[in-house]
Amino acid sequence: MRKVNYKTYVRVWLGLVILTGITVSLAGMKLGRLSIAIVLAIAAIKSGLVLSYFMHLRYETGLLFKLMIPIVLAALTLFIGLTFTDIAFR
Amino acid sequence: MIVMETHQDHTSSKIGMWLFLLSEILLFGGLFILYSSYRYKNPVDFHLAAWELNRALGTINTLILITSSLGIALSIFFIQKGNRQLSVVFLFATIFLGVLFLGVKYVEWTTKIGHGLYPNSPRLLGRPKGEILFFGLYYSMTGLHGLHVLVGISILSVMLVLMIKKKLNENRTISLENAGLYWHLVDIIWIFLFPLFYLIT
Repeated sequence: MRKVNYKTYVRVWLGLVILTGITVSLAGMKLGRLSIAIVLAIAAIKSGLVLSYFMHLRYETGLLFKLMIPIVLAALTLFIGLTFTDIAFR
Repeated sequence: MIVMETHQDHTSSKIGMWLFLLSEILLFGGLFILYSSYRYKNPVDFHLAAWELNRALGTINTLILITSSLGIALSIFFIQKGNRQLSVVFLFATIFLGVLFLGVKYVEWTTKIGHGLYPNSPRLLGRPKGEILFFGLYYSMTGLHGLHVLVGISILSVMLVLMIKKKLNENRTISLENAGLYWHLVDIIWIFLFPLFYLIT
């Protein structure tokens, strides 16, 4: 049986709502280039919360589950990075 | 005598669902690469075009999906505890919120189309190239995401029926867990779509 309490879920939900609020308020401020970095960082934190708690990755055992997300992130970073080595010079 | 199974380990089934989710991440990842490339080339146009989107509705939709994720998590929690009634309530709430999301999306799209801004519309084609690209990406990415929400709603509805028929119960929760994983991914995709389209003015 899972050792998670339903209160954990509610707390995660609250965190997600608060982070959404922060993102929206930050978007109202004029931060220029920093804006997209912060907004994506907050989106990453929110996704991290959903992945670890709602999707149970935090409680999964086994190498496969632990490695999955880092590998996907590495792959996407590689794709976007390599794409930009091309288009940045066009 | 009732024997309760307190340990369920459908690891292979769960791995299967995760592999599918990874393929979905790659699917949307490709579209995000497209977005980042076009945005890099047309930063001003993207900022201008984003003014057309309704930030309030986007925020509401974000909150709707976040709450629906809580809904399915609680539904799974309660069926594992053996509380079928509460589980059904939360599953129904999740489905309802999903439908609400699509309703808001419908309102957004119809207003935009009503303003003459849709793929290949004369009004859109008269705008700068970057804005045309923005709207192309907006419609395809939120459209594909909306399709995923619709599929999620259908799957969750089937789970609801199975739960009411007691075929889904505290001894056999793996299908609901997998459906939940899919639904959470749909939420995560929107968590990235929302700032990239609605918060870049």
